[in-house]
Amino acid sequence: MSSVMTAVTSFFTTTDPLFLWLSGAALGLLVVATLIGAVLAYRVRTPAGRDTVRNLNARIRSWWVMVALFAAAMLLGSVVTLVLFTLLSYLALREFLTLTPTRRGDHAGLFLSFFVVVPLQYWLIGVGWYGLFSIFIPVYVFMALPSLSVLGADATDFLTRTAKAQWGLMLAVYCTSHAPALLWLDIPGYRLPSALLLLYLMTVAQLSDVFQYVFGKLWGKTRLSPGISPSKTVEGLIGGGLTAVAIGTALHVITPFTPLQAAGMSLTIVTAGFFGGFVLSAMKRDLGVKDWGTMIEGHGGVLDRLDSIVFSAPLFFHLTRYWFT
Amino acid sequence: MIPLFQPALRHGLLGLTRLLVGARASWEGSAPVDVPRIYFANHTSHLDTLAVMAALPAKLRARTHPVAALDYWGGSALRRAVAVGCLNALLVDRTGKATAEVMDAMAAVLESGQSLILFPEGTRGDGTVAPFKSGLYHLSQRVPNAELVPVFIENLHRVMPKGMPLLVPLICTMRFGAPLEPVAGEEKAAFLERARDALVSLSGPKSQSNPQSNSPSSGQRTAQ
Repeated sequence: MSSVMTAVTSFFTTTDPLFLWLSGAALGLLVVATLIGAVLAYRVRTPAGRDTVRNLNARIRSWWVMVALFAAAMLLGSVVTLVLFTLLSYLALREFLTLTPTRRGDHAGLFLSFFVVVPLQYWLIGVGWYGLFSIFIPVYVFMALPSLSVLGADATDFLTRTAKAQWGLMLAVYCTSHAPALLWLDIPGYRLPSALLLLYLMTVAQLSDVFQYVFGKLWGKTRLSPGISPSKTVEGLIGGGLTAVAIGTALHVITPFTPLQAAGMSLTIVTAGFFGGFVLSAMKRDLGVKDWGTMIEGHGGVLDRLDSIVFSAPLFFHLTRYWFT
Repeated sequence: MIPLFQPALRHGLLGLTRLLVGARASWEGSAPVDVPRIYFANHTSHLDTLAVMAALPAKLRARTHPVAALDYWGGSALRRAVAVGCLNALLVDRTGKATAEVMDAMAAVLESGQSLILFPEGTRGDGTVAPFKSGLYHLSQRVPNAELVPVFIENLHRVMPKGMPLLVPLICTMRFGAPLEPVAGEEKAAFLERARDALVSLSGPKSQSNPQSNSPSSGQRTAQ
């Protein structure tokens, strides 16, 4: 019993207090959301309302799992975080290619994409080989894939097949891998663990999503683009986006940024997050599906949850790397 | 020693199957209930049996027996341990020398209240469904109270196309359709055609498809 107490005490004394505060805040937010969800489930009467509340509660349940997973990975260290993202990239690529037409000739290239490109991209982050990490997929892999496919001697939809496989790698692997790469940034004068930068990116991007959903449900009237994403509204985007920027500015204490710089960074994350989600919605429309997958209850697939990260992670990574290292 | 490792090996195999191909179940016309059933599925790759087993709820999986070829799966102690010990397979002689014994063994499983998984095409397809062999007909005549549930395995032919040694992980869905209604006095050929049609009809537009978009899903387009 006493050894457990010692472990708990040492956990709280050695872990960064800011990390504890943030975890506490996330925990509090989730508890409040869960309570609101329970009250709504008890009070709602209409069938349509019941559906909305059921979906809301499914989303909240999945948030518990996702937050727990991330907190665990970050506490266990950067290598575990890297492994988690490797797995996420693998699952996201699997979702993307499931919905994408491929032909026999693409088989070898796709095999290599899953079992060589995905681990190699994350290995490059782990060993800190920035130069190759940033060009490996867009230069080498983008030439290797069509070269392998062309050996199949099948010109049917060749350009379409090549482009789709490359976009799958770009979104699910290349873009996504910039999020854990934040952990390897060496920022002079920044004394906090760089896992907090990843936490900052995820918090601002995901809260922007959550608040856009909440603002849209409560006050949404003007549809932004019914042909691409029927649930997105102007009110939701502005209200949710500004709320996320405000939170991102307040969170400057965990970053190397001044409040003004943090505001600029969160505005970038929110804007890129919005366009990431918007572009992926258009792709889903094109492929004739509503969600990328069914893995996360209430959220769809892994790629549905990563869509706000795919564009914002590389931007946030490069802005931070250029200006602060 | 082998029996000790079987639960671990079974969980490992099923977990690996889910990591590679998802193996999601979609119950479209039948429910996952424990009644004697003949699940008949399209044969797309070496992973078919594992994928259907991984898609079944654990309670049903324990009472479901895939029918597998004795000449291959009975070939060594390890193969036998995997097929019989891990996956409850019923090994049958497919050479045609012991047709009566094979039928007896399959009927015994159904009569004990448990279920079977059959691949009535006999051979691996390329995404299309081949004509059925007659075993399904004879078994349904022998055990008329067993439900005949079609299971369409979607996408798995893209994971491991015939003649390709490499495996590409894609999400595969097992579509469990409505049980075939019995038709009194139906001829063998008509029955086999109807059973095949029931399986093929499950390959239609996905339920997940957006109702506003009427284009067929991409996975199907590649099947042609």
